[in-house]
Amino acid sequence: MVTRREFLKYTGVAAGTAALAATGAEASAGKTHLDPERIGVLADLTLCIGCRRCEWGCAEQNKLPHGTLQSYDDLTVLKEERRPDETRLTVINRYPAPTWREQPLDVKVQCLHCEKPACVSACIVGALEKNPKGPVTYDAWKCIGCRYCMVACPFQIPAYEYDNALTPKVMKCTLCSERTLKDGKQPACVEICPREALVYGKREQLLELAHERINQRPDRYHPEVMGEHTVGGTSWLLLGDRPATEYGIPELPNQSPAVLTETIQHGVFRGFTGPLMIFGLLSVLMKSSTDKRKPGEGDDQDGEDHHG
Amino acid sequence: MASPDNAQGSGTLAMAGAGPAPKPKHAAAHHERPAPLFGRAAVPFFTPGVIVIAALAAAGLIVLGVRLVFGLGAVTHLNNQYPWGIWIGIDVATGVALAAGGFTTAFVAHILNHERYHVLVRPALLTAMLGYTFVALGVCVDLGRYYNIWHVLMPQMWQGNSALFEVGMCVCCYLTVLYLEFMPIVCERFRGHVNLPGLLAGLNKPLETLLRLLDNTLGATMNFFIIMGVVLSCAHQSSLGTLMVIAPSKLHPLWHTAILPLQFLLSAFAVGLSMVVFESLLASRSLKRAPEMSVLSPLARMIPFLLTVYFAAKVIDMANRGTWKYLETFSLRSVSWSVEVIVGIFIPVAILLSHRLRRKAAWLFSAAAMVVFGVALNRFNVFIIGYTPPYGTKAYIPAWTEVLLTAGFIALLVLIYRLFIFLFPILPEEEGAKHV
Repeated sequence: MVTRREFLKYTGVAAGTAALAATGAEASAGKTHLDPERIGVLADLTLCIGCRRCEWGCAEQNKLPHGTLQSYDDLTVLKEERRPDETRLTVINRYPAPTWREQPLDVKVQCLHCEKPACVSACIVGALEKNPKGPVTYDAWKCIGCRYCMVACPFQIPAYEYDNALTPKVMKCTLCSERTLKDGKQPACVEICPREALVYGKREQLLELAHERINQRPDRYHPEVMGEHTVGGTSWLLLGDRPATEYGIPELPNQSPAVLTETIQHGVFRGFTGPLMIFGLLSVLMKSSTDKRKPGEGDDQDGEDHHG
Repeated sequence: MASPDNAQGSGTLAMAGAGPAPKPKHAAAHHERPAPLFGRAAVPFFTPGVIVIAALAAAGLIVLGVRLVFGLGAVTHLNNQYPWGIWIGIDVATGVALAAGGFTTAFVAHILNHERYHVLVRPALLTAMLGYTFVALGVCVDLGRYYNIWHVLMPQMWQGNSALFEVGMCVCCYLTVLYLEFMPIVCERFRGHVNLPGLLAGLNKPLETLLRLLDNTLGATMNFFIIMGVVLSCAHQSSLGTLMVIAPSKLHPLWHTAILPLQFLLSAFAVGLSMVVFESLLASRSLKRAPEMSVLSPLARMIPFLLTVYFAAKVIDMANRGTWKYLETFSLRSVSWSVEVIVGIFIPVAILLSHRLRRKAAWLFSAAAMVVFGVALNRFNVFIIGYTPPYGTKAYIPAWTEVLLTAGFIALLVLIYRLFIFLFPILPEEEGAKHV
């Protein structure tokens, strides 16, 4: 028999462990911890000429395989849509002009550094983190290589070193956090851009600048700044001549996908009320069923099929 | 006294409470107490089928070796668009669902305390224990940095926002609970006759003491672990569904819903019981024993009800989100969804609702197998077929080595299961002359 005292004892133990775990959950559920002065990059795609120097600068900075700067003059690669991968953290894609009167649009693709990143929410060990100052950073030492971040990212950005047998890493732009946050320098791609299509600065100011440009040249720009609201906002802000969905950005809502999962997770496990209630219910059920079925009675009372 | 006590109720000393109080004995009237199969099975351990399975397991282990030496890229077709393949979709997601027999049986037999189902608890417990062990192994094989798996347990790296963290923690705790629940069976087998040869003989005494200590401690606390096992199972079965909720733009609307965790939990209930029926009948066949129809038929009676609840959660949600339109076009995804529902829910419900068919082994087996197939396909759909990344330039088709490793792991599991039922008291002794 489960005595009442035992039942209380079990419940007590469970409640104790729950309380401990709950504090951890509450802490990580924390609301926005972002610095109002956080950094970002404004990419005015209408200024980009697709010279690919940023690709070279990025590879150089991140010690990834790359040829000479001249080898990046080859613009034939722009003909097909490319994706960043484990060997190149940024690429330029060229989207053709809608009519002969207009210009094609060159679009730089890399991690957009979401304000509420799904990858960070998904990461099982906190290897990916949203720095309050803006960048989404990666700590390879913590990483277990589950690749849930890649599943979670709505922009399909993180890439993986599948061919590295022992120490594979998740590869993505880190907004040059070593340069920007530690040394106060610009990201490598911004520094090398010959057209000043990329502007590095505080996100709030960049947003103002973007809207200023739109207001001054409404004929030149699409009125929405990509990254202002999409998936809760991103550190990178894109100014284009057309809607973002027409230059390779998926159609996405203005809320981070992490909001729903975190609501579910914390709703079910808040203070461990849910699991504790199930535990209590099952204990009561177990006790009552034991009392009901005294030895010798069996459970034949529950109807058909008992003739074996 | 202790050993017959254990023997009867699933090795869990079911209602023993604080002391080794005498327990109801009447289950023995229907079924003999469990005993190891060695020496009394109608078939030898090695049969041609078992040898084929062993070969498959060996092939899988070779792939594992290649993966460890040359990396994931050498043996999988995973890429940056499809970071999760069949090792997650089948070995992990489907594995967890199919190991649900453990907690559903524990619920029916111990918490609802239906004595007659106690005979099913040990096989179900063994399946769950081995199943979850292989889920954990499957995860490790798929992890890029498997040697960092312990990070999940480190409080300074806990990440409570991650559904995967919740799954990982729960599976870890549940696996511990399963091993503890299995311990009394090990105690029963060896307690009183630990007899190591030669130099190891000195360990006999301490081992006996350890077994006695374990047996007594677990006997007094087993109810706690049984309930804990059910709670942990509910938690991670549902969180497994939460996993894909974070990718609304990637998971096809036929499957993506905020109530995916609820659907996963409800389907786990149904597939858990079906898996017990499926396995029991399969084992009877393989071991040339009489099918335990007197227990399985009444157990199967609950399955249509559970499937209907699951189906309702699926359909009401779809009506709510207006996703019927995706079924109007003929595509891989609409077909896969339909097969999941028709083969996995409609047909087995029809079969199992029939009192007559439910009591025929062949029908019961087919129905249970269909439920297992349906829920397995559901997990496969959610993790693989329904996964539609925005820049999907190349479809994911698993490499043959991926398939071989998955098949090899399943084969190894079957092999170890067989070894365990030969070594440990899992299956009841039959009342003689019942052999088929």
